[in-house]
Amino acid sequence: MTDLAEIDELALPVAPRNRAFLPASWREPLAIVGAVIAVGWLVVAIFAPLIAPDNPLSQAFPASQPPSIHHYFGTDELGRDVYSRVIYGSRVSIPIALVLVFLAMTIGSMVGAAAGYFRGLTDGVLMRSADLVFAFPAIILAMVVAAVLGRGLANAALAIVVVAWPSYARVVRGLVLSVGDSEYVQSARLLGASSRRTLMRDVLPNVAGPVLVLATLDLANAILLLSGLSFLGLGAQPPTAEWGSMVAEGTQYFQWWWIGTFPGLAIFTVVLAFNFLGDSLRDVFDPRTARQAGEGRA
Amino acid sequence: MRLPASGGQVTVVDGVDYEIEPGQVFGIAGESGSGKTVSMLALFGLLPERSTVEGSARFDGRELLGMPRKQLRQISGRELSMVFQDPFTSLHPMLSVGQQLTEHIRLHLGLDRRSADRRAVELLEDVRIPGPEAALRAYPHQFSGGMRQRIAIAIALACRPRLLIADEPTTALDVTVQAGILRLLDRLRHEHDLAVVLITHDVGVLSSIADTVSIFYAGRVVESGVRDDVLQSPRHPYTRALLDALPHPEAAKEKPLVAIGGAPPIPGRIPPGCAFSPRCKYAIDSCRTDVPPLVPVGSRRLACPVDPLRTA
Amino acid sequence: MSALELHDVVVDYDRRGGGLVRAVAGASLAVERGQVVGLVGESGCGKSTLARAAVGLVPTSGGRVVFEGAPVSAMTRRARPRSLVRLQMVFQNPYSSLNPRRTIGSQIGDGIEAASRAARTARVGELCELVGLPSTAPKRFPHEFSGGQRQRVAIARALAADPSVIVLDEPLASLDASAQAQLANLLRNLSRDLGLGLLLISHDLAIVRHVADTVSVMYLGTMVETGPTLPLWTVPAHPYSEALIAAVPRPDGRGFLPESLPGEVPDPAFPPAGCRFHPRCAYAFDRCRADEPPLVALAGGRSAACWLQAEGSIPAPPAERATNLSSKSTVE
Repeated sequence: MTDLAEIDELALPVAPRNRAFLPASWREPLAIVGAVIAVGWLVVAIFAPLIAPDNPLSQAFPASQPPSIHHYFGTDELGRDVYSRVIYGSRVSIPIALVLVFLAMTIGSMVGAAAGYFRGLTDGVLMRSADLVFAFPAIILAMVVAAVLGRGLANAALAIVVVAWPSYARVVRGLVLSVGDSEYVQSARLLGASSRRTLMRDVLPNVAGPVLVLATLDLANAILLLSGLSFLGLGAQPPTAEWGSMVAEGTQYFQWWWIGTFPGLAIFTVVLAFNFLGDSLRDVFDPRTARQAGEGRA
Repeated sequence: MRLPASGGQVTVVDGVDYEIEPGQVFGIAGESGSGKTVSMLALFGLLPERSTVEGSARFDGRELLGMPRKQLRQISGRELSMVFQDPFTSLHPMLSVGQQLTEHIRLHLGLDRRSADRRAVELLEDVRIPGPEAALRAYPHQFSGGMRQRIAIAIALACRPRLLIADEPTTALDVTVQAGILRLLDRLRHEHDLAVVLITHDVGVLSSIADTVSIFYAGRVVESGVRDDVLQSPRHPYTRALLDALPHPEAAKEKPLVAIGGAPPIPGRIPPGCAFSPRCKYAIDSCRTDVPPLVPVGSRRLACPVDPLRTA
Repeated sequence: MSALELHDVVVDYDRRGGGLVRAVAGASLAVERGQVVGLVGESGCGKSTLARAAVGLVPTSGGRVVFEGAPVSAMTRRARPRSLVRLQMVFQNPYSSLNPRRTIGSQIGDGIEAASRAARTARVGELCELVGLPSTAPKRFPHEFSGGQRQRVAIARALAADPSVIVLDEPLASLDASAQAQLANLLRNLSRDLGLGLLLISHDLAIVRHVADTVSVMYLGTMVETGPTLPLWTVPAHPYSEALIAAVPRPDGRGFLPESLPGEVPDPAFPPAGCRFHPRCAYAFDRCRADEPPLVALAGGRSAACWLQAEGSIPAPPAERATNLSSKSTVE
C-alpha cells in the first residue's frame, strides 16, 4: 500500500544458525580435550561399579603393593585397590561438586537479580553480605564453616556453597543493571511490558550465558575445595574413597608414591578439563568472538 | 591493497590512482567500508600487520610504500601529516595541549623549549583557539569537540607539512562547528600552499572546499575529476544515484529522495565485474564480467564503459 | 486537540559530581495526527532529553506532557498504562536497540495483542512487509541485518502497538546515504498513509527539511523558533535558525562555503543571562543581555523567541529588523 523502495534482501550473508553459537574456538584443541576428559570422567562416575575391578572398601589384598597387572595403581597401606578407589572417588567428588555448584548458582543468581532489580537499600544490603564473603580467602572461610558445622561431606559441601554464591550474585547483578538500562529493554517497557516481564524475556536470557561460564569454571574450583577440605580431614571421613583424603593418606606414606599420586592426578585432570571447557564457553557467549559473519561496517 | 581478515586476506582497495597538487584540496568520497580511509593509512605504514600493499605511492618523487620505518618517521608528521575523525580519542588525554604540540615541534624541528612554546602559541592562534597561552597548559578534556579538532589540526600543521590528510575531520561535529573547521581548512590551505586530502562520506562537505573529487565504491575509484564537473553533472551511475539520494537544502520538497536499492558490498564479497552492477539500472552483460577500468573521459576519469549519463 | 502536546516542559538531571543541570528549560510543541514535526538543534540543546520526556522515559521537573488528552507520567516499575502504549519511540542506535538474543519476529510481536499465535505471526508478517523487510526476516536475529534494516525492525516494532504518535530520536544518524534516503521516504509515507504523527529529532537539517511538515529549533534547552518547514527555511525569524541553515553544506558542487558561528555552546549548567543565544548573536542589543525573550506567536502559524520579532507580526529576516547592525563577520 505504501510506495517503498523495493524490498531488499538481507544485506549480510546469513550465518547458518548453529554457526552463530559454535565459533572457531569451539574447534580449538583445548576445548575438545576438555570436553573429552570431562565426559570421560562422567562416564567413569556413572559406570563405576562396572569399570572398577574391586570393591573400593575391601582390604582383602596384600598391602602397599606397587602398580602391577593385578592392581593398576597398586594397593594402599590397608590393602585396598587404589585403582578402584580412584574410580569410585569420582562418584563422590563429581556429583557433589555438581550439586553444590547448582545450589550456589541458584542462590547467587537470585540474590544478584534481586539486588539489580530492586536497587536501593536491598541492593546495598545484599551486596555488602556478598562483599563480606569476598573478604576472606575461600579455603580459609570454607575451613571455618566446615569446622563449625562438623566433619562430613555434606557439611563440607555446604561450606563451599557459602563461599561460592557471591560470585554469581555479583555477575548477575551487573548484567541485570546493564541490560536493564539497555534500549531494547526500554523499548519493551514502552510497549507495555512490566519490569518483571522484561526481566524474564530480555534480561535473563542475556544473563544465562555468563552464568553458565562461571558455573563451569566454578565446578573446577568446587572439586579443588572439596578435595582440600577432605585433605584436611574436614570433608570425607574414612573409609570413604575420596580423592582429597586419599592424597592425605599418600602424604603419610611417601615411600609408597602410588597411594597419593594417582588420586592427585585424577583431581588435576578433572579440574583442568572443566577449566578448558569454561574458557571455550566464555568465547561462545562473548558476542565479539562468537559472531563471525560480517556485522556492522568496515 | 589487501587487508587480513579472518579466513585469509580480503581485497579492500583495488587499483586506486591519485595525483595531488600542492595547494589543492583533493576530496575522496565514499560510504563507510568503501576503502577510502585504508588507502591513505597505507602511506603512513599504519595498516595492520598482515596486510599486503601493491602498487606505488610517490610523495615528492619518493616512494612511500615499503620505505623503511626510520625514513618514514622522518617524513610522517613533518612533510606529510594526518588528522583523524574522532576528536575525543585522537589527542592524548594525559598530556597537556602544550606538551603535545611542542613534542612534535621539538622532535622534527629541533627547537629549544622557549622557541617551541612560542611556535605553539602561534599555531593555536592560527587555528583560532581563544587564549592560546593559557590553552598550552590545559588538557584536552577541557575543550569541546570542535576545539579539540582545531588543536589536532594545529598539531598536524606544526612542522609545516606539504600534505595534510584529513579523515572525516568533521563527521563527529555539529553543523556550525563543522562550518568553522571547513573554513579553517580552506584558509590554511591558501595561506600555506598546503595540499589537503579530505576523506569523507558527506558529499556536502566535499562540495564546500574540495577542488577535485574522487568517488569510491567498494574499493575502487569510479569517477574522478574537478568538483564542479563531477557533482553538477555526474557521469557514473553510482555518483548520480548517490547525489539523488541526498536531500538538497534548496530542492523541491515534494520529490521523494531516490534511494539506491540494495546495499554496498562487504569487502571480500565484491561481485564480479563492476562492483556496482547489481544495483545499477544501466548495467549490461559485460558489466557483470569485466571490471571497468578508470579511463580519462574528457576532463575527468570514469570507470563506466556504458557511460549512460553523457550529455549528447 | 493535538495527538501529543508538550507545555513548558522542564527536565533536570543529576550531574555526576553533584548539582542539577537543567537540560530542558521550558519547551513547548505539538504533534498532530498525520503530521511530521522535526525537532532540530545541536549538541547540548536538550532535544534528546525532550524526546525521552515526551514518551515518559524520563521524569519532568515542570510543565506537562499530554497525549490524546491524558497526561503522560514517567515510567515506574509497573507496566506502562495501556493508554500510553499508542505513544511509541524509535531510538538512534540500531545496534543496541534490539535484543541480540531474540529473533526479530519475537521482538516485533511484543507490541501485538493477538488472539492466537497464528494471528500474531500473520500480523508480524504484515508489519515486515509494510516497512520493506524480506519475508524471511521474522525468524532471523538482529546481527543478520544491516543498520538500515535494523531501524526498519525498530519501526515495525513501534508500529505493532498501533501507535498514533511515534517519537524518533535521530533514527537516521548511523546510516549511510542510501539507507537514510530509504528510511526518510518510508517515514514520510507511513505518516501520510497511516495518519501517524511523527516527532523526528535530528541534527541533520537537510533531511528534516525534506521529511517534516513543521520544524522546531532548540538551543540550550529552550525552543527558539517553530513553524511550517518551507517558510521557516526561506525566511528564518530567529538568528540561531538563520545561522543553522547557513551552516548546512550544499552537495551541489557549486562551492558554497558554509557559515559558522562565533563562540561555542555554553555549559547548560550556566546559561547566559537574558537571551541564551545573545553572546553569539550578530544582532544582539541591550535588551537581549537582560531579559530572556519568550516564544511568541507570529503570523502564518510561526513563533520565535527573539526581541527582534514582534508578536503577531509577519516574520522577517533578523538583519532587516536589527536596528544596530554590527558588521556580521564570518568567523572561521
